[in-house]
Amino acid sequence: MTIDHLNPPTGLMADNITGFARALRAAGLPVGPGAVIDALNALQVIEIGNRADVFATLQAIFVKRHEHALIFAQAFDLFFRAAEEWKHLLDSVPLPDQAKKPPPPASRRVQEAMAKPAMRDAEEQPPQEQEIKLSVSDREVLQKKDFAQMSAAEIAQVTRAIAQMSLPQAELRTRRTQPDKRGLKLDLRRTLRSSLRTGGDIVEIRRLGLIDRPAPIVALLDISGSMSEYTRLFLHFLHAITDARKRVSVFLFGTRLTNVTRSLKARDPDEALASCSSSVEDWAGGTRISESLHTFNKLWGRRVLGQGAIVLLISDGLEREADARLTFEMDRLHRSCRRLIWLNPLLRFDGFEAKAQGIKMMLPHVDELRPVHNLSSIEGLIKALASPPSAHHRSLIRPAA
Amino acid sequence: MTATAAIPTSVDATLEMLTSRGYLAERSLATVVFLALKMGRPLFLEGEAGVGKTEIAKVLSAALGRKLIRLQCYEGLDVASAVYEWNSAAQMIAIRLAEAAGDTDRDQLSSDIFAERYLIKRPLLQALEPDVGGAPVLLIDELDRADEAFEAYLLEILSDFQVTIPEFGTVKAPAPPIVIVTSNRTREIHDALKRRCLYHWVDYPTAERELAIVKSRVPNISAKLSAQVVKFVQALRNQDFYKSPGVAETLDWATALTELDARSLTPEVVGDTLGALLKYQDDIQRMQGDNLQKVLKEATSD
Repeated sequence: MTIDHLNPPTGLMADNITGFARALRAAGLPVGPGAVIDALNALQVIEIGNRADVFATLQAIFVKRHEHALIFAQAFDLFFRAAEEWKHLLDSVPLPDQAKKPPPPASRRVQEAMAKPAMRDAEEQPPQEQEIKLSVSDREVLQKKDFAQMSAAEIAQVTRAIAQMSLPQAELRTRRTQPDKRGLKLDLRRTLRSSLRTGGDIVEIRRLGLIDRPAPIVALLDISGSMSEYTRLFLHFLHAITDARKRVSVFLFGTRLTNVTRSLKARDPDEALASCSSSVEDWAGGTRISESLHTFNKLWGRRVLGQGAIVLLISDGLEREADARLTFEMDRLHRSCRRLIWLNPLLRFDGFEAKAQGIKMMLPHVDELRPVHNLSSIEGLIKALASPPSAHHRSLIRPAA
Repeated sequence: MTATAAIPTSVDATLEMLTSRGYLAERSLATVVFLALKMGRPLFLEGEAGVGKTEIAKVLSAALGRKLIRLQCYEGLDVASAVYEWNSAAQMIAIRLAEAAGDTDRDQLSSDIFAERYLIKRPLLQALEPDVGGAPVLLIDELDRADEAFEAYLLEILSDFQVTIPEFGTVKAPAPPIVIVTSNRTREIHDALKRRCLYHWVDYPTAERELAIVKSRVPNISAKLSAQVVKFVQALRNQDFYKSPGVAETLDWATALTELDARSLTPEVVGDTLGALLKYQDDIQRMQGDNLQKVLKEATSD
């Protein structure tokens, strides 16, 4: 069988594959027209006999990065189950009944991508003017939250906004050097090697300068009930940061502390968040801030706070058992990192006053207190990371009468 | 330097070898040491400070009669201080001398000044050089203090035990050195490096083993005092301290007590010497008054 590369087959199969490619594109995979032609040609080469072969063939062409494989698999299932014409193309193996299982992560995105365009183009306001509130139903509060069910619109909004923000990449001067024309150190080795070109006369002095690198970030994120509206958004933000820089550690705490750094390493946000939610036991329970800080200081502090780390403590500070231990642990945390930034969503209320006992106790031990309830405050945070620490954010808080 | 000894042939032989040098190891540690020697793989030891990670390398080099080469890591450690460096001053003098002698052959000049005698060898390069006594023991201490860039470089060296110097050529180890890497976990080491190594978490010893260690390392201590010291330290480790005392601290404290001619533990003598055991003011403060009395009572009761 010969393949005419310039005239790929048309007809039912071509329509199906083109439609499928469109769906993949909508779900966020980079699929170009070249891939569609490749796929059509490939389908001619294999003997179309069963579903698995077709799956493998299309996957080899449409999926170029491992993290896209999951989305591809779900799109394939959905698309070719829906297509009545599939039966005419090949003898499909009937799908196992998926209704009993909760939909796996990413499927919400795939389903939305396949839905009618009218459903997808929800009205979008400019992100700065809109406070993002994520609805949490009562049913979810006492059980594991399924991040996977986050809608494509939300993801798109948050990730697009975050993608536009460029994270500062040089906050920390290291002791490592690199060639630098304006550097302060003399690079004798290179100077000497270049002098050999001129028979041993030193014409050009080579220099070395110090390298600046992004500081490690350690995020401590409160996932107690009072914070549940914000948790998902922050996790998205942290996932985006983790993607962009090397040294980010993320801890979640409610009634206990969980390290989810590795879970967030997955490239696909759906997968990362699903893996987070499966590793955490206590979504939206109570908070025990001092207990969690104690665990962090004892088990993790010295492991992740080296090399001049910046700590982002994301919590509303509403602690029931505020006592001397909280002060002690906050103080220890403050003294063992380079900069402690407290992000408190309660600051969105005008006239917020530090009345709660816990907040009063924590306040003296942070370098900065910042609001974090919408995208503009996240932008503000990123600016703050790039600039040297300042104390003026404390003025946002009026001492309670 | 003793004569080169053969690599032990079994776990028991390894345990015996370590014990004969005064290192009383858990069997699990002896097992990974044996495997590391047998398989020629680096040994990655992680654990709290003062549990004897560095000591293993010293004992191995003494027991096997090999040279010990130590690389202490710190932030900003680079190739110039870890592997090699050119002696630029000497090279410049050589260039001037060549000029004075009227040598104008440039190629000859560059091959002359990049000769081995102008090469300053740092620990990693030394470890790759042939040694009559057999491959040396290379101790890479506190790797967590170096940065990721160095770790990546080290990974390359540990995979093929060779270093390429652009002006000079490739230096390859005739026999791979015995590599011990230690880390105090002030930073998580990358998986790629751990995969190359055999990993072992060195834990605090049990009470019996610690007693044996104290007796072998502090020979002139009385039986009664050593038993009390170990009981006291073990009790401290069960408390929630920021920094629990390691074996090194136990030995320091036992030595301090014998120097002070203490017969047994009393509140006064413990209060005065607590700084040998606990290294944080918060921890020392928690060990005052009732808490101290309680632990002391437990330790001194037979």
